[in-house]
Amino acid sequence: MSLPLLLIILVTLGAAALAMALRNLIHSALLLIASWAGVAAFFLWAGAEFVAFAQVLVYVGAVSMIVLFAVLLTRRSRADLAVAPDSLGRAFSGFLAGGAVFGVLVGGVLSSPLPGSKAVEPTVSVRDIGTQLMGPNAVALLVVGVILTVALLGAVVLAATEPKPDQGQAQEGGR
Amino acid sequence: MIAAVISPPDAFLERAPQLLRDSVTGFLPEPWRWLVNALIAIGLILAIFGTLFAFLTLAERKILGRVQNRPGPNRTPIPFLNIRFFGLVQPFADGVKSLTKEDIVPRDADKLLHFLAPVVLLAFSILTFAVIPFGRNLVPLELDAAVLYFFAAGAATELAVFMAGWASHNKYSLLAAMRALAQLISYELPLLLAWVPVVMMAGTLSTTGIIEAQAGWKFGFFPHWFVFTPWGFAGFVIFMISALAESNRSPFDIPEAESELIAGHLTEYSGFKYALFFMAEYFGMIALSGMAITLFLGGWRAPLPFLEFIPSYVWFGAKLIVLLLGFIWIRATFPRLRIDQLTRFAWKFLVPIALINLGNTAIWSLLSNHSAALQLARWPICAAIVLIPFLVMGRKLSAGVAPRTYRYAAS
Repeated sequence: MSLPLLLIILVTLGAAALAMALRNLIHSALLLIASWAGVAAFFLWAGAEFVAFAQVLVYVGAVSMIVLFAVLLTRRSRADLAVAPDSLGRAFSGFLAGGAVFGVLVGGVLSSPLPGSKAVEPTVSVRDIGTQLMGPNAVALLVVGVILTVALLGAVVLAATEPKPDQGQAQEGGR
Repeated sequence: MIAAVISPPDAFLERAPQLLRDSVTGFLPEPWRWLVNALIAIGLILAIFGTLFAFLTLAERKILGRVQNRPGPNRTPIPFLNIRFFGLVQPFADGVKSLTKEDIVPRDADKLLHFLAPVVLLAFSILTFAVIPFGRNLVPLELDAAVLYFFAAGAATELAVFMAGWASHNKYSLLAAMRALAQLISYELPLLLAWVPVVMMAGTLSTTGIIEAQAGWKFGFFPHWFVFTPWGFAGFVIFMISALAESNRSPFDIPEAESELIAGHLTEYSGFKYALFFMAEYFGMIALSGMAITLFLGGWRAPLPFLEFIPSYVWFGAKLIVLLLGFIWIRATFPRLRIDQLTRFAWKFLVPIALINLGNTAIWSLLSNHSAALQLARWPICAAIVLIPFLVMGRKLSAGVAPRTYRYAAS
């Protein structure tokens, strides 16, 4: 294992672990972004230029904004930002959900057939990725696009619905 | 061809930067040579654009002053000589001032983030310079996905503005942070959609490849720049508007609105940290202008064939200065937008126009392989596809807003 890879792993996992441990939500969000940047660095180390830049553009640039915006909009004051540990049951269910996702991912990694250690290093240009996405994998791309569009439309509908005057009190939190 | 005419790529001035560099690093063994070359490139970028930044601040203050009918800074004398040369040493006086000023950190501030914000901001704005071709063969880093790299590095800058606003522990700063986030989410999309047509037509994400695609002359004198096509012109305008918003320049400077938020995220910054923010803003502006030149204005190419004897880096510099003066002119002319106007403008106007322009580019590209009549007909067709939605949406958005009525002012 090379030194750069070790450093990348350390930064990525360390930032993620700290993000879980810290109680201040903004600090956690910023560390989560650092962790995403670490994942991008890993892609860069692995020679996947395109994926690395896309990761930075989408996660560090855009998703991070949405996370921070959500944190700021849902907290009433700065004192509200530090979250105290909740109940034990919640921690347990959190571990259960996280463990289930981890199990599925590990199962997926272990069961996928990998080529032997003597794999030839492929030289993939951005153009190749583009033709692959637009040619053989066009259906998958379209499906992802449709799913995202549906999610976007759903969000617009949720945000644009005016609360009825008689039940405005109940729905006020939803806008 | 006449033998006496030296073809532009071989002209001495064109090759001078490489020759100069190789004369310094040529004797070094291979890995060291690469490293020293990279270090020279970094040093040159910092030196040239640092100087440009210094004099750009002076030019901005002078021009804003002239627009507002006052002289601007003109009193700083050259040290020991006592000559006031139009205030030409003003930027250096400003530099000394910001270096010697006390650095105040609020007691309740988030100390680490308060320190990190200007550093992160400046680091990411400098990173964007790596892929801009400043002249023929003068690109610091040749990347296959260069355009993507540029916007990935630039995307992190608004994050730094948020960090600054949040860490200051100040209500005005926090408002600025929220505004910065809203602005980024709104204008990132039109900015990215504006250059996708260029990548589509050039068929590459590499900056040198995009400039290569804009080579040649139509009828022997008309350059093949993307800005001189209907889709390219629309894309250029959308790109420049979004670039204004991305670099927090007026009229999109609502995160640091001096008159409403004191100075927004800059309120609690003083001394050199403030200077770093200032520097990052100008670096971001210069980098986005350089990218606009590369994507739409033919990069370092000369506008007319007989002007090709002037070296390519001079053309790049000239185009850069024209765009930067445009930025300053806009700042002097337009009032600041409100936050609701800003987001409405992005989502209801720029994004739909950019999407239409994307389809327009596809039509342009499809029509290019047909008969001469269609080749000619695609100009009015593609111009109409962009212009008609522009007019219709513009009318619709400004309905009920313009002309403005002044209820409280005496008529």
